[in-house]
Amino acid sequence: MDSLQASFDEKIANEQRIEPKDWMPDAFRKTVLRQMSQHAHSEVIGMQPEGNWITRAPTLHRKVILLAKIQDEGGHGLYLYSAAETLGTSREEMVQALHDGKAKYASIFNYPALTWADIGMIGWLVDGAAIVNQVSLQRTSYGPYSRAMIRICKEESFHQRQGYEATMVLARGSAEQKAMAQDALDRWWWPALMMFGPHDTDSAHTGQSMKWKLKRESNDVLRQRFVDQTVPQAEFIGLKIPDPELRWNEDRGSYDFGPIDWDEFMRVIAGDGPCNRQRLAHHVRAQQDGQWVRDAMHAYETKRQAREVA
Amino acid sequence: MDAELKPALIEYCIALGDDSVILGHRLSEWCRNGPFLEEDLALTNVSLDFIGRARMLYSHAAELEGAGRSEDDIAYLRDCREYRNLLIHELPNGDFAFTMARQFMIDVYDMAFFTELMQSQEPTLAAIAAKAVKESRYHLRRSEDWIKRLGDGTEVSHERVQAAFNQLWGYVNEMFSVSEQEQLLIDAGVAVDRSALQQNWHTAVQAVMLEATLETPDEDWTISGGREGIHTEHLGYLLAEMQFLQRAYPGQKW
Ligand SMILES: [Fe+2]
Ligand SMILES: [Fe+2]
Ligand SMILES: [Fe+2]
Repeated sequence: MDSLQASFDEKIANEQRIEPKDWMPDAFRKTVLRQMSQHAHSEVIGMQPEGNWITRAPTLHRKVILLAKIQDEGGHGLYLYSAAETLGTSREEMVQALHDGKAKYASIFNYPALTWADIGMIGWLVDGAAIVNQVSLQRTSYGPYSRAMIRICKEESFHQRQGYEATMVLARGSAEQKAMAQDALDRWWWPALMMFGPHDTDSAHTGQSMKWKLKRESNDVLRQRFVDQTVPQAEFIGLKIPDPELRWNEDRGSYDFGPIDWDEFMRVIAGDGPCNRQRLAHHVRAQQDGQWVRDAMHAYETKRQAREVA
Repeated sequence: MDAELKPALIEYCIALGDDSVILGHRLSEWCRNGPFLEEDLALTNVSLDFIGRARMLYSHAAELEGAGRSEDDIAYLRDCREYRNLLIHELPNGDFAFTMARQFMIDVYDMAFFTELMQSQEPTLAAIAAKAVKESRYHLRRSEDWIKRLGDGTEVSHERVQAAFNQLWGYVNEMFSVSEQEQLLIDAGVAVDRSALQQNWHTAVQAVMLEATLETPDEDWTISGGREGIHTEHLGYLLAEMQFLQRAYPGQKW
């Protein structure tokens, strides 16, 4: 046992990846599973707010981009579920935990996508924030998770660029379109900052995760990086970040920004955001509606195999 | 090709584009609602193929027309009576069995139709058809598998898919009835004589249904009118949703 622990510690110290067959402490396994399943659920639940605009996309080109983007996210979900299954928990069990309220997903997806501008904003800000986090996670210590992040990041940055471009078209469009884009930024900015989680001083999981090198950089470091890269992008297209305290800090070489409403964050995390109930109910309903289809598929497969044997 | 046929050809491209865009739209409604994640993504793939097909057909129509219309003008700025799709494409998705039965019926039809259209004297149409055949071959493999699984799966799935075929059967005749204008294009070697495809369609569909332990529907009722712009009541709602932004904010770039 001690030698197992020692070899695990050594791998972590030497920047080696922990692979599924390696021994790992139970707490490590539990933490990676929590993080990966949460990430997988986020990809899948995130299909809903964007899906809300598929049938109303304004042009055929935008409709194709949006559909393909949502399809990518579903693909990320699939890929992450199978990477997480290497830890010995099945996708069905992970989904059950989601439905039981034991597993979480990114709080950002509990906000409503109200206008077309929200679609651009989700790509620009939400995928943008996700990339900052995921680039950092490319060096995470669990091998399958690290490889998943490397694979997914390319597509996420494509989504971010498409979202920014769609927002730019609105920001440079008619007065109504520009107002639509500004309104979307006003609503999504703060939830996007919350995506990085609580301040380092208040984060329940950060300490141990950093020691295990599961998490490579802290919530506040990642959040600051996102703010610093996004503010000039907003300025470039003439949109205003909804934060009166936002200003460039010459000494830090970073933007200072105003306080985050952590009460709102806690409320949404606890399940009481605007769309938590809707998102979960949708996922449960789709799962239930599909039960007879999956049953038929299995029944047919059983019959087919029996015929092959006979 | 004869210049007198040009308006008919433009109409023809738009009608085929309408078939594709409307079915692509219906399939896109499944995104995030599929029976499991893999199937959700597969349905989205098929939807993307149909929307892509529509864009090629509309763009070609717009080019032939030379009046400055875009693919989006054609898709988003025509009302129900100007849409020319065959009715089967616009029916609401229903359950997964209904969607798949419809898809299978259309895939068998599309395979035959676009294989013929590859011989069109109009090179762009022939090229679009060649791409469509590749896609439809894959679509058909999927939908055919699903018909077998659902038909020969459980009692519930069997009943559902049988009921779907029964409901859809009245929309079959329309797929094979040719308009006068279309006949001119057929005579010119540009369009496909759909009436000639009917026999093989029935043979192919019924062979799969038989293997799936399904019965050929006993249904005398038939309806048509899509190619003349006489639609079901469902199409208006689809267009209202699809065209919302273009109608609410006219003339904007997106
Ligand atoms: Fe993703
Ligand atoms: Fe992601
Ligand atoms: Fe993404």
